[in-house]
Amino acid sequence: MSNPCISYEAVTKSYGKKVIIEDLSLDIPADITTAIVGESGSGKSTLLQMANGLVKPEKGQVSVFNKSINKASITLQRLKIGYSVQGAGLFPHLSVFNNVILMAKLLGWADDAIKSRFEYLLDLFELDTELSPRYPYSLSGGQQQRVSLCRAMMLNPPLLLLDEPFSALDPVTREIIHSEFLRLQALESRTTVLVTHDMGEAMKLAQQIIVLYEGRIEQQGTVKDIQNNPASNYVETLFRVGGN
Amino acid sequence: MLRKYLTNALLLAFSIFSILFSGAASPQATDSSRVFTIGSKNFNENYILGEVISQLLEDSGFTVDRNFGMSGTMVIYEALRTGEVDVYVEYSGTLAEIIFPEEADSTLTELNEYLQSEGLEALQSFGFNNTYALAMKRNHASDLGVETVSELAALRNINLGFSIEFLNRADGWPGLIENYGFTQQAIGMDHGLAYQAIDEGTIDVTDAYSTDGDLELFDLIILRDDLNFFPQYYAVPLIHQNIDPQVKNIIRQLEGRIDDERMRDLNGRVMLGGKSFAEVASEFLTEEKLFTQTTSVITGSGTWSNIYQNTLVHLQLTIIALFLGCLVGLPLGVIVYRSKKLSRGVLYVAGLMQTIPSLALLALFIPIFGIGRIPAIIALFLYSLLPILRSTITALLTIDPILKRAAEAIGMTRFQQLRFVLVPLALPNVLAGVKTAAIISIGTATLAAFIGAGGLGEPIVTGLALNNTDLILQGAIPAACLAIITEMLFDVLERTIVKPHMLVGQLPS
Repeated sequence: MSNPCISYEAVTKSYGKKVIIEDLSLDIPADITTAIVGESGSGKSTLLQMANGLVKPEKGQVSVFNKSINKASITLQRLKIGYSVQGAGLFPHLSVFNNVILMAKLLGWADDAIKSRFEYLLDLFELDTELSPRYPYSLSGGQQQRVSLCRAMMLNPPLLLLDEPFSALDPVTREIIHSEFLRLQALESRTTVLVTHDMGEAMKLAQQIIVLYEGRIEQQGTVKDIQNNPASNYVETLFRVGGN
Repeated sequence: MLRKYLTNALLLAFSIFSILFSGAASPQATDSSRVFTIGSKNFNENYILGEVISQLLEDSGFTVDRNFGMSGTMVIYEALRTGEVDVYVEYSGTLAEIIFPEEADSTLTELNEYLQSEGLEALQSFGFNNTYALAMKRNHASDLGVETVSELAALRNINLGFSIEFLNRADGWPGLIENYGFTQQAIGMDHGLAYQAIDEGTIDVTDAYSTDGDLELFDLIILRDDLNFFPQYYAVPLIHQNIDPQVKNIIRQLEGRIDDERMRDLNGRVMLGGKSFAEVASEFLTEEKLFTQTTSVITGSGTWSNIYQNTLVHLQLTIIALFLGCLVGLPLGVIVYRSKKLSRGVLYVAGLMQTIPSLALLALFIPIFGIGRIPAIIALFLYSLLPILRSTITALLTIDPILKRAAEAIGMTRFQQLRFVLVPLALPNVLAGVKTAAIISIGTATLAAFIGAGGLGEPIVTGLALNNTDLILQGAIPAACLAIITEMLFDVLERTIVKPHMLVGQLPS
């Protein structure tokens, strides 16, 4: 394994009295897709949001690309970290075009660079260009989620964080976006961290899987490793429910 | 892009201000010589006397600023003491009540000994004694067989409605209770409304002044003060000691010129004859041959021009107050909304302002800011803060947390998050708050007339004093129209700067 892209060192986070993540250390490898799998409340979203500074650990430290995440530099670091969230999180007052290109525009990209990147991304996620002046409320859930992925990819970030982006979609739409995602993976090598509660989705999209249970790592390994040697009954259950 | 918007907005605001200021310029702006401010309380007789003094001074070439219709002795006395007003007409009994509450029947010399220490002086009386009196419908009184206050005190089941001031003055209701042994309860109401109420039979007795011109109109009689309780209320010009001696001499010409009968007659010309204060004052000065110039000065202007002027002043008060409210409220809301404690603290303080009755707040301001537009604007500004702050804080707090997270996660700076995501998302609710503040301000600004700030409250206050519905409507209708127009303008503004789907609150699910 090459240099890790994200590395967690003994991080702890609690909300009020409830400890979400306790003394967790973890390396996430570069250039492949890693899925963090766990049920609701397992701490998987919290773990993901530590990587782009949305959640600050009480103890321990998180580094991305060998640089520790800290308050002073986080805004700049985030430009290299794409982020898409369940429900898309599109800004309702901005058109599809402006949602996707907002950050590039703020960074002072040239207009044609913005336009060509935008069109490339629309094409990649099979979105019709006539959607670009429309507002998010008029899009279907699947379209919104694709636009959200376009926005996360706009700056061509080397790291992509996906917080259950597909879980609110109907099975057919999800299937289609899954295949678009796989096409993207084949096209460009990129570190992607996908948080999901669906072991089936994890097996399909990720090369490496981390199973999280009550704020601890239950098991970590390649899809095959985990499938063949589940470390506990819990991991086995996840496969039974989600896999196949 | 943002800078251009801001510059344009500022330019627009300034041009609106300059138009408003130039449109409603006070006489101060037109003459460089000393301007004398004449004050008056907000009842008929005091308006007339204020107008008489004003016209007499104008006749001698002085520039006069009329600050009429101030509410209550405390407001106008403070205004005189602080130099906001140069002259107004006070009553000896009222002065005694302020200065020597123990002995109500002090002489003018005794009063002046004290006034001297305040830098003030009471000149000799106009001649009439406008004392307090208890008034009843003539036929009602004869039905009950009441002629004196003692007989009234002995009655049961009688409804007493007094002006607020009378209710609280030692030489008013409390003194009556003590001297005549009243056991009935009394309610407080506006003096002008009390006559209406007595006419309709809602109340049986109210306080009146012995020179009231409308005693006759309502067919009221005065109950004899058989225990000689009410102190004497001789009307005296109250001035600053160091006022221009020439001005003092001019005012002195009025000494002893008006007896009770004459005053009742002058009051009646306004109340019953429907003449303006200016007309009656001018008639009086002509009758007394006090005008040095042959042409009489009637400053009364047309109804429409009055409405126009008052509306302009009203708009000026409201717009400046609202502008300041936004200038402070919006940034303050943005600064504090992240902290629950701070938000709560700020909202408590803003809420506290709202609970202070507007008149009380205006009165409290007099020692600090004086009278006129400045304290009125400050009060309106304070009242506009709560709706603006509350809507800003709530609007920012209730933004979908996923959107807040998304804005942060894509790498925007704090300012960019505010400018491009939080503010646009909060805008519809913030606008609604500013709209509420604007409409509250338009309503509250009518009270500003009580401290001489003018505006649409002026005809309302005067109308209340005169029991003149036409005058009240001259203030109330334009104020109502302003409120409706404001509402419509905000709707247009809303439609212009907020996308329709943002108004109905359709957020992506």
